[in-house]
Amino acid sequence: MNRPARLLPPAIVLVAGLVVAAVFLPWLKFVLTIAMAKALAVLGILLLLRAGQVSFGHALYIVLAAYTVAFAAQNALLADLLLLLPMGILMSASLGLLVGLFVARYRDIFFGMLNLAFSMVFYSLLEKVYTITHGTDGIRVAQPTIGGIMLDRVPYEWAIFAVALSLACGAAFLCHLYLLSPAGQALAGIKTRETRLEFAGLSAKRVLLLAYVLSAALAGAGGCIIACATRHVTPLLGYWTASGELVFIAILGGAGSVLGPLFGAVAFELVRVYAAAAFANTWQMILGAVLLGIILFAARGLWGIYEDLFARRART
Amino acid sequence: MDLLLGLALLDGLAYAAQVFMVAVGLTLIFGVMRVLNVAHGSFFAIGGYLAASIGILITTQQLPPALAFAGLVLAAVLVGGILGSLVESLLLARIYAKEHVLQLLVTFALFMILEDVQKLVWGVQPIFQDTPVKLLGIIDVPFGQDEITYTIYQLFVLPAVAAVTLLGLVLFLRRTLTGRLIVAVTLDREAATAMGIDAQKIYLFTFAFGAFLAALGGALASPTTSLVPGVGTNMIVLSFAVVATAGLGQIEGAMLAALLLGIGRSIAVYYAPEFEVVVPYLIMVAVLLVRPQGLFGVVETRRV
Repeated sequence: MNRPARLLPPAIVLVAGLVVAAVFLPWLKFVLTIAMAKALAVLGILLLLRAGQVSFGHALYIVLAAYTVAFAAQNALLADLLLLLPMGILMSASLGLLVGLFVARYRDIFFGMLNLAFSMVFYSLLEKVYTITHGTDGIRVAQPTIGGIMLDRVPYEWAIFAVALSLACGAAFLCHLYLLSPAGQALAGIKTRETRLEFAGLSAKRVLLLAYVLSAALAGAGGCIIACATRHVTPLLGYWTASGELVFIAILGGAGSVLGPLFGAVAFELVRVYAAAAFANTWQMILGAVLLGIILFAARGLWGIYEDLFARRART
Repeated sequence: MDLLLGLALLDGLAYAAQVFMVAVGLTLIFGVMRVLNVAHGSFFAIGGYLAASIGILITTQQLPPALAFAGLVLAAVLVGGILGSLVESLLLARIYAKEHVLQLLVTFALFMILEDVQKLVWGVQPIFQDTPVKLLGIIDVPFGQDEITYTIYQLFVLPAVAAVTLLGLVLFLRRTLTGRLIVAVTLDREAATAMGIDAQKIYLFTFAFGAFLAALGGALASPTTSLVPGVGTNMIVLSFAVVATAGLGQIEGAMLAALLLGIGRSIAVYYAPEFEVVVPYLIMVAVLLVRPQGLFGVVETRRV
């Protein structure tokens, strides 16, 4: 397990790199904000991966928080980022608790597909209940104030970028501490042999439930950022392809470290900006092929490559 | 009695037959290889698309329309035999030793790739080819005092194929040597290998056969619906719901679960269309809440 001190240099390089990029290439600011929002959700996927579980439906919590923000922002009293953010996170965490009580009993494919089923149900509700959600048209999100101040467009974009970046780094640090704690260490027990965990006096279900609620809250934080940055929410945020993307980023970044999701999300969004428009009909195919390549040839992802290049050499 | 209910039951029966074809292959593959093949929905979609293409070819070349039925089977054989065996031998054979999560992700990656392959080959416009349905014509089904006009194809052909598949599969697994080898590998791979069974060969055969069944389901479904991108996604999620409701690896149970979910879904189509997509999941969740291993599933012994 990595000690925090070893993670500090790459984290500082990442933050500095992102800020410099955003200063010199202003149009990148939006892309990087979305990348940090996705990194938050992917951190949640990482927690579940530590328990050997993969969810194909976590975009559910992104879209739930995003719609929560969109609806709450219509009310002038609630339309402040400092209120919207906790509200979105709370909504996602609550639904995460509800769904988690159910899915924490299941493992492997059941866990993955039940999550997919829940997200598909919610997606189709968002699409079908037209009178409230406006279906696939989605809803515009009114620009919220930040700490009571209504900012202009450019300062607002900077503020959202700063919030996204600091949330992602803060969440990564907290996830790191959580994974080092007994509750976090027990996750690995679910992956290897659950019965032993129970013999040690720990409830596997409760261990997984805690991680699940945390992952839902993280995805919720990501959803709030996406809603505030794009200023428009559609059910597509919660479609299965969005959930697949999260799993993809987790594997791309590498599940070995909490910085993996951050690097993975930045790499993913940067490539997507260029590639997705040029290869609209083959985008999923490219993602699938890269995913296959990583699993077969570089199972530890980008973070694994970094470790092979730098960290290993430093240790010897 | 309510006419809508009658229609819902007939639709549900036809739909359950299609879902069963996909679900039974999924559950068979899982039983033998312990891998849940997320790409199974793609086999269904590609089978459907290929069958539609063959059907269009038959019409444009002005060949006898009865050949359309042979075209359906041909499409399924091609998908199962070529695509199915290629996927197993080139891809899955490399990952049996890896973690469960990674196996799942490999089939998921394959699914993403195949989804776009469909778009590249067949485009994103809906494709519709219904020669087989037209050939057989329609029939009036007495229902209470009324009569419901329904296609013979959906009323007889689809359920009959599903029933024959179920019966054939059960007999095949119990009565033939290959079938028994499959059962042996399912129950205990190590012991079976020690007895001299070539597990690798069984894997290849089972996977290709499962892909064939899914493609046949797709081919049979193609004359009744128009094919659009995403049909594979809906089918994999729904057939997983069937498999989970029945219990993983349960073949007879899959038929019952398919009927339950299929009819439940079509009742929703007629009475509460907003909830069409939701109903199968609600049934699944309700069943799994009471019986986490599914209706007919066996509780696995815990290993320490």
